[in-house]
Amino acid sequence: MSDAVLPAIERPRAQPMGESGLVKGLLIGTALLFLTAFLFLPLITVFLEGFRKGADVFFDSFSDPDTMAAVKLTLLVAAIAVPFNALVGIAASWAIAKFNFAGKNLLLTLIDLPFSISPVISGLVYVLLFSAHGWLGPWLIANDIEIIFAVPGIVLATVFVTFPFVARELIPLMQSQGTSEEEAALTLGASGFHTFLRVTLPNIKWALLYGVLLCNARAMGEFGAVSVVSGHIRGLTNTMPLHIEILYNEYNFVAAFAVATLLAGLALLTLVAKSFLEWRYAGELAASHRH
Amino acid sequence: MAQLVLPRLREPSVIPGFGVALGFAVTALSLIVLIPLAALVLRAASIGPAEFWNIASDARTLAALRLSFGAAFIAALVNAVFGLLLAWVLVRYEFPGRRIVDAMVDLPFALPTAVAGIALAAIYAPNGIIGSIAGYFGLKIAFTPLGVTFALIFIGLPFVVRTVQPILEEVERDIEEAAALLGASRLRTVFQVILPHVYPALLTGFALAFARGVGEYGSVIFIAGNIPMVSEIAPLLIVIKLEEFDYGGATVIATVMLAISFAMLFLINKLQAWSRRRLGNV
Repeated sequence: MSDAVLPAIERPRAQPMGESGLVKGLLIGTALLFLTAFLFLPLITVFLEGFRKGADVFFDSFSDPDTMAAVKLTLLVAAIAVPFNALVGIAASWAIAKFNFAGKNLLLTLIDLPFSISPVISGLVYVLLFSAHGWLGPWLIANDIEIIFAVPGIVLATVFVTFPFVARELIPLMQSQGTSEEEAALTLGASGFHTFLRVTLPNIKWALLYGVLLCNARAMGEFGAVSVVSGHIRGLTNTMPLHIEILYNEYNFVAAFAVATLLAGLALLTLVAKSFLEWRYAGELAASHRH
Repeated sequence: MAQLVLPRLREPSVIPGFGVALGFAVTALSLIVLIPLAALVLRAASIGPAEFWNIASDARTLAALRLSFGAAFIAALVNAVFGLLLAWVLVRYEFPGRRIVDAMVDLPFALPTAVAGIALAAIYAPNGIIGSIAGYFGLKIAFTPLGVTFALIFIGLPFVVRTVQPILEEVERDIEEAAALLGASRLRTVFQVILPHVYPALLTGFALAFARGVGEYGSVIFIAGNIPMVSEIAPLLIVIKLEEFDYGGATVIATVMLAISFAMLFLINKLQAWSRRRLGNV
């Protein structure tokens, strides 16, 4: 009887806050299975195929002078493209994060533009500009300047593709840091350059390194854009990814995968360094990388 | 005098270096990105509408565009589902190796596309580990549109996980508790209380994965088999046209790709703004 008069006391049955062990296990299992098929297996395959015919054959792959030329060209291109994009990224984020000006959002959008353009199109635009049949082609030929099917074209295409990496790490971080520290230094009489070197740079150094790491990984691994402008001249204009393609298409699978292990190793190193930065210097990275 | 009438283009600041920094950044951006892209648009404009339409409506071009956009769309859908699941598992559960799995999610960002391409081709080819199992069931993955989709799933996964993960971390446990106390089943709490907070981020991740997939080249061409009209993607057709010195053809396909991509990104931006408004700034 009393139940009928006091219905309000009857609480709804509390439902569990988490999933049962079985559901949890199923979800984790499904996620890991998916990752294995799409991520872990490809990575392991690179190393397995590289060593398929033993360590000797693996190491022999690197005695090929064309392979060494490809390694050197890749390092050269990254050594130009990465510092250049780091400088542009610093300049862009200084202007965008420390000042308010008209057209700021447009500039932000334009900096990210290369991310939404197919790498092949990134290469194509330079071919249309600089190749023999391009807009500037006749002038370049007259002045004996080679860009397409030569190293300068490869560098340009790489810079295009990796353009946003450093800027997009620095801009959100510098925006969240504001300008008060710089203003204090300037008020105390430091020069503008000194302020940047002693106040701003220490604040952004880990984020800068983070951006440079990602930029470098992409610069060394870029395939589509570089493939369009390179001309695939063995020993001259083949970067490592392009050399892998040639070896693969010649059915020289062990050599292709052997060169691929170098790039896979670089990718793993990049991931380790990146995770370390996220773990150790979380507070000094853009907020989206703190976990 | 004129300065007094002009609207202020920049708020005053004691910090120096605005002119130099902006000048350098804008010059680099113009020379590297904007002017070359303008060259593409100008070239396309100089082709003439009739010829442009001729190339764009060519059966082989249409087949390539359909494959690139279709496979990218399906791959992005698969990634939306599994990326959400992965983000959920990484945020909510503790299990051995969680940190390593978390770090490995970014592998497609770090691994060069050509390396991913030859590895995927080796696995999913009829004599590969998974390809042979699939073949046993009569399913062919490599050298078909399905293979193209698989490569795009690899490429797009981190985009979804990395946009959803931080939002999922932010969801307050209080609202879950409230839902549970009010008698909602766990399933209902998850789908009607937690996940709506995540949908705008999920949409962003989907859009990023889709945009990347449409233009992807390196990881696809090895597994695709590149059969014209069947498994030939649009970026590859651009490369083929270039190798034939058919610059007009390459330009038209590139322009159509860019136009559709930007239209879709614009649409998804609008959709996102709408879903943000509807869900009240989450």
